[in-house]
Amino acid sequence: MNLQNLIQDKTYAITLAVLVVITFLIPICNWIFPENSPLHFSAYSVSLIGKYMCFALLGLSLDMVWGYAGILMLGQGAFFALGGYAMGMYLMRQIGSRGMYGNAELPDFMVFLNWTELPWYWYGFDNFGFAMLMVFLAPGLLAFVFGWLAFRSRVTGVYLSIITQALTYALSLAFFRNEMGFGGNNGLTDFKDILGFSIQSDGVRTALLFCTGLSLAGALLLCRWIVNSKLGRVVTAIRDQESRVRFLGYRVELFKLWVFVFAAMLAGLAGALYVPQVGIINPSEFSPLNSLEIVIWVAVGGRCTLHGAIIGAVLVNYAKTVLTGLMPDAWLFCLGGAFILVTLLMPGGIVGLLRRPRKLPPAVNIIGESA
Amino acid sequence: MVITWVLRVLLLMYAISVPAQTQDAFSQALEQIRTGSMGEREQAIETLASDSRALPIFDAWLNGNLFEFKAESRLVIVTESPMGYHLTDASSGLALTEVDRNAVGKINLTNRLRSSLRKAIARLQLDAVDADTRLAAVNTIAKDIDDTGLALLRTHLIDESNLAVRVAIEHIVLLNDIDSSDKATRIAAINALKDHDNRNVANRLRALTEKNADGNYLETDGDVRNLAIAALTRINNRLQVYAAIETVFFGLSLGAVLVLALIGLAITFGVMGVINMAHGELMMLGAYTTFVMQQLLPDSLGWALILSIPMAFIVAALVGIGIERGIIRFLYGRPLETLLATFGVSLFLQQAVRSIFSPLNRSVATPTWMSGSWQINDFLSLTWNRFYILIFCLLVFTALLQLLKRTRLGLEVRAVAQNRGMARAMGIPGSRVDAMTFGLGSGIAGVAGVALSQITNVGPNLGQAYIVDSFMVVVFGGVGNLFGTLVAGFSLGIANKVLEPYVGAVLAKILVLVFIILFIQKKPRGLFPQKGRAADG
Amino acid sequence: MMISAVSTPEGGVSLPLDNDEVDTRHGPILYMEDVSVSFDGFRALNHLSLYIDDGELRCLIGPNGAGKTTLMDVITGKTKPNSGSVFFGQTIDLLQLDEPAIAQAGICRKFQKPSIFDALTVFENLELALKTDKRTWPTLFHRLTGEQRDRIQDVLQLIALSGQQRQLAGALSHGQKQWLEIGMLLMQNPKVMLVDEPIAGMTHQEVERTAELLLTLQGQHSIVVVEHDMEFVRSIARKVTVLHEGSVLTEGTMDEVQNDPRVIQVYLGG
Repeated sequence: MNLQNLIQDKTYAITLAVLVVITFLIPICNWIFPENSPLHFSAYSVSLIGKYMCFALLGLSLDMVWGYAGILMLGQGAFFALGGYAMGMYLMRQIGSRGMYGNAELPDFMVFLNWTELPWYWYGFDNFGFAMLMVFLAPGLLAFVFGWLAFRSRVTGVYLSIITQALTYALSLAFFRNEMGFGGNNGLTDFKDILGFSIQSDGVRTALLFCTGLSLAGALLLCRWIVNSKLGRVVTAIRDQESRVRFLGYRVELFKLWVFVFAAMLAGLAGALYVPQVGIINPSEFSPLNSLEIVIWVAVGGRCTLHGAIIGAVLVNYAKTVLTGLMPDAWLFCLGGAFILVTLLMPGGIVGLLRRPRKLPPAVNIIGESA
Repeated sequence: MVITWVLRVLLLMYAISVPAQTQDAFSQALEQIRTGSMGEREQAIETLASDSRALPIFDAWLNGNLFEFKAESRLVIVTESPMGYHLTDASSGLALTEVDRNAVGKINLTNRLRSSLRKAIARLQLDAVDADTRLAAVNTIAKDIDDTGLALLRTHLIDESNLAVRVAIEHIVLLNDIDSSDKATRIAAINALKDHDNRNVANRLRALTEKNADGNYLETDGDVRNLAIAALTRINNRLQVYAAIETVFFGLSLGAVLVLALIGLAITFGVMGVINMAHGELMMLGAYTTFVMQQLLPDSLGWALILSIPMAFIVAALVGIGIERGIIRFLYGRPLETLLATFGVSLFLQQAVRSIFSPLNRSVATPTWMSGSWQINDFLSLTWNRFYILIFCLLVFTALLQLLKRTRLGLEVRAVAQNRGMARAMGIPGSRVDAMTFGLGSGIAGVAGVALSQITNVGPNLGQAYIVDSFMVVVFGGVGNLFGTLVAGFSLGIANKVLEPYVGAVLAKILVLVFIILFIQKKPRGLFPQKGRAADG
Repeated sequence: MMISAVSTPEGGVSLPLDNDEVDTRHGPILYMEDVSVSFDGFRALNHLSLYIDDGELRCLIGPNGAGKTTLMDVITGKTKPNSGSVFFGQTIDLLQLDEPAIAQAGICRKFQKPSIFDALTVFENLELALKTDKRTWPTLFHRLTGEQRDRIQDVLQLIALSGQQRQLAGALSHGQKQWLEIGMLLMQNPKVMLVDEPIAGMTHQEVERTAELLLTLQGQHSIVVVEHDMEFVRSIARKVTVLHEGSVLTEGTMDEVQNDPRVIQVYLGG
């Protein structure tokens, strides 16, 4: 990692620093100060901050594909949800016989559907390690298959965006079906324990926040390293002049696929961290609208700047929390307005406004492929 | 002269005597009904069953409106009035006085009489002028068929001119012939029946081929049984054809909805290269326009619907032009940004509609001429609304083709689409054409919304449900030409409906999406790609 | 001295397909035989046959629509011909390979419109072009060796962009972009260089330097230049091929070609 680069880019450094401080400060405060102290973070704020950090991680993953590889992925939420489901399945298995029907072998919704055995794809999810593996493998595999098909056939631009949207749409339809064995439209919920500790306890909440913070900071560093590697430069080159890169001897589809799969796994991790903190995962996470929201986080924060994605995710979600509380009707107006304003007036996002204009690539390139 | 006179007198006498005779039997039967026992009443019904004058009396009786007017000892038909009853003389049909409820006594019925009455009514109705009444009468008789009923139908068949009634009677007669003791009659009946598309026929034939609990055939005559099996296979084959026709029809109508949604997209995306994610919301605006029009003209829903077509076009076109002028024109050549900005517009429109019309679905009424279905036979019926939408879709499609081919605007649109710079050099105002083209595409979306309002609920999410599908079809068909969208829309519609019975609606949709993703492997530019060197990216 | 700079052997990374495997024992390095391409009924190439010798500098001329760019598209795998065969050396069937494989085999191309990466610096542009293992994981962990850095510096000097190496490529002048792209070709150390209109947008001095550069490169590389500027072609070409309506009209020295009545007819109209 090039230390010079790190110091040069102040916002990046500040973002990382704030992240690290939050990650360590909150657990320490909650450990030192008693619950009624003003310096003790409430359960609500701990899980809220944790949630924002999961979204930030998700935004980061989208920025890798969209910002750097130029693939306007309208289905990143699908990978997030898959990671979330993998974690949710583990948490479901931990409920054991404490469910409503008291069946130690089957989750409640399966008992309700009169199923007699656990479907094969639920095997192994009682093991935390296996579930963690699936958190990365499930989205990674989907991304691999889908990406391999899409990139090999050289589908680009809006066409690609549309089929990524179709992907998450198809998955949402599938997961809404009870027969799929993922709880239908209720999803997975009523979790009790994680690794033997109660998921409701303050300690576990704080620990989850700590893990999320560490993951986010780690992911930020890793992504930074990747985009500064030669691979990062190849990917940027592909974004701007795909066919030229091919004539330089690079297998463009494999590079896109690499970034696509990597980002999918990152999104899966975000989903896995998200589920225990909010206590539920359901098929609405697959809805195309959710994936589009991720795009707007990144656009607001600033495409093609990793910390921009984080700032954008946190800001937009904070606005969402505040607005949906104050005036529920206004939220969609604001979201819609944000899409329009950002694309028309601030193509570089918030970070773009802060940065010196010299470093901004030409406007067309910001958006990636032109049709 | 004398002869003339004699003739006149004779004729007159005859004219008086005939009714007098029947009048006698008629009055007698009425009398029997009024005073007789239940058995006598049944006899009276039999007597009257061939006299058309009895029909109103039977109807009244069956509906509990036949009474005895105690004071005058005569049979009356009553209608309720505030005071008591209005009386009408049963035999003459003349209106009598209005009386108190106690002045009359109800003529009672038993269940047995009730069924006799129904049969009698049906027999009388066989002679009705209205073919539908005759058909209903035939069906009533068929419900509880006996020898007399059968004989009646056989005689009636000779004079019957209406095809549907004839077919119905033939069914009944032939079905009865199957049970005949004469083997030749049975075989002839089965042979005749194998070409009938009727649920009863199919059931009866199936019964001939079934086994009882001991594993023996219910039908002992092997020839008859084998013939029945052959006939049943024939009917089943036809059934499959009907099922296929129905699937294709449903598919086509589903495709028609898609195509309607798509034609607008083909203009904005295909011709202009602008990806408009708010397209679905423009359709939604069209649907809401229909709703508003019906609120304004609640008494003439049909007219409201027809007027909605131009109104929806105008509303959606104006909104579309607004979007183009306000947003899209700044983003030409940057498709991904256009996608995001127009997505913002779609959220905006959705929320606007939600705030104005409430988040709940609004129901748009279907005018009577569009509801119901076209019953071709027992096994095949096509719903009118889908039929109209199919036709409407083709109309819009042709109209658009003609517009692009024959009008000045069409020429300009095609010119700008092919070479913007050159078109401008030739004096075509590019930005005006852009706005008009976008308005046209948007207007068609509005019109599509009118059609949609007839088959789904109108709600703020109406557009969202169609947008993914629509864009997938565009990807599938390619943006090269309008026919591509037509073919792609219809084939996807049919594919969906063909898959549905096997895997269910949701899975069918998923499979179709997966198919498209795989299809793009082979043809990245769709079924009908834009050709030539210009298309090479 | 320039020559030695260019031909410096690099890092010893083994490629799936090494340059040295190209079998040129029979002279030509590139064989195109009876190649036809049609778009929508329009014949861009019409039974074209063309042979390029190892180390040769060949100029392709011809009026617009003669099929020059399509010919390059066919060689580099961008367009698959409807019929005919294209061989690299005696053994490598180019029609079986896709663009990256052809590039890795040693055929590189400069596009008509300068195609460089605006968002990357000049140095990074060259780094991407560097002949090395171009699979994903090795690319991720790739570190420039001292030798490779030297190589980049040499090429930078050759294309006169040493001073601008930290600048974004998008900020270069049109002529500089052309050179940068030629530099990117050199970084790949190709056997065959296909150069499409290299001097468009260049000043007179730049044109001269480009001619000089191409002349020094011949012998090391086989070079095919497509150019409209006849003076430039005359200054570099030993052998000129004239394309017309998708097939070879004539071949020869510049003088022979210019005096060929058919060529005069094609260019001056008739």
